[in-house]
Amino acid sequence: MSVPPHPEHPDITPEMWEKIDAVIARHRGVAGSVIAVLRECQQVVGYLPVELIDAVASGLNLPRSDVFGVASFYSLFSLKPKGRNLIKVCMGTACYVKGIKEVITRIEARFQLAPGGTSPDRRFSLEAVRCLGACGLAPVMVVNNDTFGDVKADRVIEVLEPYR
Amino acid sequence: MDKVRTQLMLCGGTGCRANRSEMFRETLQGELEKRGLAEEIKIIETGCNGFCAVGPVMLVQPEGIFYQKLTPEIVPHLVEEHFLKGRPVKKLFYVEPASKETIPKMESIPFFAHQMFWVMRNKGVIDPEVIDEYIARDGYFAAAKALREMTPERIIEEVKISGLRGRGGAGFPTGIKWEFARKSPGAVKYVLCNADEGDPGAFMDRSVLEADPHAVLEGMIIAARAIDAHQGYIYVRTEYPLAIRRLEIAIRQAREYGLLGKDILGTGFDFDIDIYQGAGAFVCGEETALMRSIEGKRGMPRPRPPFPAVKGLWEKPTVLNNVETLANIPLIINHGGRWFASVGTEGSKGTKVFALSGDVNNIGLVEVPMGTSLRRLIFDIGGGIPRKKKFKAVQLGGPSGGCVPEQYLDIPVDYEEIAKVGAIMGSGGVIVMDHETCMVDMARFFMDFVQDESCGKCTPCREGTRRLLEILEKICEGRGEPGDLATLEELSHIIKEASLCGLGQTGPNPVLSTLRYFRSEYEAHIFEKRCPAKRCVALLRFEIDPEVCTQCGACFKACPAGAIAWKKKQPARIDKEKCIRCMTCFEKCRFDAIS
Repeated sequence: MSVPPHPEHPDITPEMWEKIDAVIARHRGVAGSVIAVLRECQQVVGYLPVELIDAVASGLNLPRSDVFGVASFYSLFSLKPKGRNLIKVCMGTACYVKGIKEVITRIEARFQLAPGGTSPDRRFSLEAVRCLGACGLAPVMVVNNDTFGDVKADRVIEVLEPYR
Repeated sequence: MDKVRTQLMLCGGTGCRANRSEMFRETLQGELEKRGLAEEIKIIETGCNGFCAVGPVMLVQPEGIFYQKLTPEIVPHLVEEHFLKGRPVKKLFYVEPASKETIPKMESIPFFAHQMFWVMRNKGVIDPEVIDEYIARDGYFAAAKALREMTPERIIEEVKISGLRGRGGAGFPTGIKWEFARKSPGAVKYVLCNADEGDPGAFMDRSVLEADPHAVLEGMIIAARAIDAHQGYIYVRTEYPLAIRRLEIAIRQAREYGLLGKDILGTGFDFDIDIYQGAGAFVCGEETALMRSIEGKRGMPRPRPPFPAVKGLWEKPTVLNNVETLANIPLIINHGGRWFASVGTEGSKGTKVFALSGDVNNIGLVEVPMGTSLRRLIFDIGGGIPRKKKFKAVQLGGPSGGCVPEQYLDIPVDYEEIAKVGAIMGSGGVIVMDHETCMVDMARFFMDFVQDESCGKCTPCREGTRRLLEILEKICEGRGEPGDLATLEELSHIIKEASLCGLGQTGPNPVLSTLRYFRSEYEAHIFEKRCPAKRCVALLRFEIDPEVCTQCGACFKACPAGAIAWKKKQPARIDKEKCIRCMTCFEKCRFDAIS
């Protein structure tokens, strides 16, 4: 099977396409691998533009609708670009009981973004995620790879300040 | 041979790591080397200790001294005092919240003393990344016994005698499930481990995987032998990176030792395990949805029958067990079903791990015999409610469960008794709520979760839960109408009866249970436009009662909008024009003067 030339996309560099092709090649013919492929591709690009979904579909020989169906079903996958820093606020029950709602309100007001959205300057994306299983630290916020426990509404902006 | 005189069992669970346990370990290692103690004192990073509330925690063995809330800054002092001079550092001891008594030894801390460690038998005792340590604790003994000395029928019989029921929520007898799969015709069968722990407020499976991954692998090997499967999958949440890493290490080591792969222990039995990462969908905890997801499809449930024991993954007979269930299996094989059944209640045998969180002092994982009362769980082990606040309710079983009020705190926790009061055992999430929690808001929170996670396949769940959420939002925003409660109840019952899978069938439970026990709060919201717990922002007036105000100025100092006017010896006042309704003043006021 010949691989069609890759379409141009502002967020996907030729090096990224190379990695994507390698991911697809490694999983081709393995039943049920589409979720793993999408996960790895998203790690490369940061999100899943429609051109990438098309490439996965033709690479794995699946209908585009199937791949899009999977990408849109699971909350791990994002079809929209993300900000430079990703804030995950835990919406588990323990965090809720301990006041994550007030924390979110504060972030929303300061950076003008809603959960699921990205701030106008692309500095932050905010995600309200499912229980992170770190209920001992509630309320919990994860910024990129840093976990912050016991986040209080009046401290949260200060915590976010170093992330530019 | 090294002469190690002391072992430092440092918790490397997610909670302690988030509290800088890594940095503590590096600093401690450096200090031990500097003082020439590195040869005789070894740091061992263990899995989750369970006592997340006071992390990072470390157990000094063999003395049994338990240190809490460790920081890199304390390291020089700790090494100097304890490891050079032999004087344990008092200020790092656990302090009992009620009596203010300091307790140096782990076994005397009430949080641990009332527990019974079966599933968590190896937590904090072994290095989960070293298979030899698991084997030294009788690990893989049960697998060897099952493969060499027992017939599949005998294994199933033993599990049936034990009375073990699925720990993932539904509580189906494990032995019977295995028997169905064994009797299903087919050359290819699968054993799956459900590690898609999605219930908010439940983290026991994560902890078991992080602290003792081999116990789960061993349980799967025994299950595979019982039903004659040769391939297994562990479906684990992508949100648990540390658990995934530990599992990968464990599987690699088990293969190297000939405990997975071809011809296990020379018995001619083949079995291997692969990890499958979820992609963030709560419904994938449902068995048929989980199997669709492994097949690379949208994780949507399908009607049963056929049950997975007949047609499961790739349409082959499949057994799916939860992490905690599987971790129980080696115990049953080692000690016998009758031994296991000696603990627990009539219908619920063995122990259960609960994840205690919310408004409770000792947040963490707790393993107790089935039948232990909620009061013991929350007050004796959990240490009660922080900041002298009052207990209001406890939420059991996550979004499928219900809230239990104070009058039922003495019921024994087992599958049947919990169901009688309108909650479920579920996966074992226990979320304690104090009197400042609004129960209508809690119902709204859970319904927001359920409607968002509904896969959309069946109409009652997809549309019904959204309508429930809309009504609850309306009530929280002060637009509730007299007929709303009847509509909530009617709609809830329809969703429960008509939905396809467990998500919809149990989703309305939080609404029904709060309506059952806290109806007056709903009524206050609807008829008086008042939120008794002062949590629903739309129903608050943002006024300070000058009679109650002690003129302390705490709200004035905290207000981020500069909306509060206050001078010494004068009651504070909120300027509603400037107020951004952020609730900071409510949190700061210790006198309940703001409404």
